[in-house]
Amino acid sequence: MMMDDSLRELYQEVILDHSRHPRHFGALEGATHVGEGHNPLCGDRVKIYLVLGKDNHIADIKFEGKGCAISQASASLMTDMLVGRTVGEAEKLMGGFLHLVKGEDANGLDEEDRERLDVMAGVSAFPMRVKCATLAWHTMKSALEGGATAKSE
Amino acid sequence: MSAEAKIRAPAAFDPEAARSDFEILGRKIYGKKLVYLDSAASAQKPRQVLDAMRDFAANDYANVHRGVHYLSAKSTEAYENAREAVRRFLNAGSAEEIVFTKGGTEAINLVASSFVAPLIQPGDEIVLSVMEHHSNIVPWHFLRERQGAVLKWVDVADDGSLDVDALERAIDPKTRLVAITHMSNVLGTVTPLKEIVTRAHAKGVPVLADGCQAAVHGRVDVRDLDIDFYAITGHKLYGPTGIGALYCKRAHLKAMRPYNGGGEMIREVTRANVTYADPPARFEAGTPPIIEAVGLEAALAYLSALDRDAVRAHEHDLLTYARDRVRDFNWLRVIGDAPGKGAILSFEADGMHAHDLATILDREGVAVRAGHHCAQVLMERFCVASTTRASFALYNTRAEVDAMIAALAKARDILG
Repeated sequence: MMMDDSLRELYQEVILDHSRHPRHFGALEGATHVGEGHNPLCGDRVKIYLVLGKDNHIADIKFEGKGCAISQASASLMTDMLVGRTVGEAEKLMGGFLHLVKGEDANGLDEEDRERLDVMAGVSAFPMRVKCATLAWHTMKSALEGGATAKSE
Repeated sequence: MSAEAKIRAPAAFDPEAARSDFEILGRKIYGKKLVYLDSAASAQKPRQVLDAMRDFAANDYANVHRGVHYLSAKSTEAYENAREAVRRFLNAGSAEEIVFTKGGTEAINLVASSFVAPLIQPGDEIVLSVMEHHSNIVPWHFLRERQGAVLKWVDVADDGSLDVDALERAIDPKTRLVAITHMSNVLGTVTPLKEIVTRAHAKGVPVLADGCQAAVHGRVDVRDLDIDFYAITGHKLYGPTGIGALYCKRAHLKAMRPYNGGGEMIREVTRANVTYADPPARFEAGTPPIIEAVGLEAALAYLSALDRDAVRAHEHDLLTYARDRVRDFNWLRVIGDAPGKGAILSFEADGMHAHDLATILDREGVAVRAGHHCAQVLMERFCVASTTRASFALYNTRAEVDAMIAALAKARDILG
């Protein structure tokens, strides 16, 4: 069956695999930071839990949520890539990602990061779906910034 | 009936002929033929509507009810003719009972603010169904937040039909209004409005109906229904955006307080005081959507010139055909199968989110709606986050249903 190239790019195997078998899925006991995101357009929700360790390292990260293949894959990929990084590195990656999915230059990303994130680049051809891809990342940002909502044990 | 009228027997409706009135239907989307199955969100506009608006703006336009000059008089006449057209369309007794609004949402907010709010004491109740659109929920939440009103929800059955007995039981001496859709924008369920009105009136409770969907697909007779308030919107009736109308039974008009304040709605303004114009002007502050009113009149004329029973039969055929065809997909669950439902097909697909589905359909040129359809209470009732919805209009065809079915199969292929 002939398939639209941009569709093939959007729903490539890696994306579908992440959405069907999300990594780091579930609640995280002892999280130091929690963020909740909501896309009122479609009702999709995501909750990000993370443990910020010494030296501002993201020691652990998990997410819960319900949503489309794009939002779930994006959250899964993000958690996979952010664990173990410092907050500064995470912010750099987040900034690069937000450019990438809008079809803009994602300068400043490491070659390896860029390659891994490239699976999400197809979203830029679907302006109505960019929000699906960015939901988890914006939520991550608010978790890092507004960690006040997190448990403080 | 004259001999001439007898000869002009209603021809069965010809959707292909109607399609030629809708220029947009000739568009290509990503190189594919447009298949527009989102008319429940907003219908496309026939040439007759666009021409009427253009002609009016080009030849007869000025502000209404103000100037003494020629064009103002022409414009006022056109605007009031449009009101008369809405009166005829709903079979209201008097044009005074027709208030122009921005749309269905404003019509309902007007009733909430001008009629219901002054009646509400803490603990007073509004009875509504779980299948209401947010526009027939949030205005009542306002009354809950601001005045302590209580919302009493009436459930629907698993097939989406409304239990009128349950609705009647929900009405008690504290009920100030029944607010109910005439046709669900998600399930397609058509409610037995006349029955509801009869039972509510027996308990002394007025009824507001959200007719935004129902008025498109069937004849509405507000006098036969004996309904108190009936809201419609222009853009779903093949008319322009920015205009809708509220039918208000005359008996309620005098008691209703003004809505927005401004020009047009006053009799006299002094430093110390203000007096108000008679209805319907009292509820139409500011310069109204004049060009849109002319467009709405053209849309109603367009619809009324068709054999509406034949149009309805055509839409029903599309629904039945689509319903039968999706039975082949065992991964697809239809939500809403109430007997006598209107031409709306909502469904959920196993392992496929509505937005992914709609994106793939879109690339095939098939425009459907995905999401909660401004009916989150209903989504919760059916335990779904969102659905995909195909809605059928007079200009759709069986071939377009086939295109949707093929696109769904492709989506399953990609995502399944």
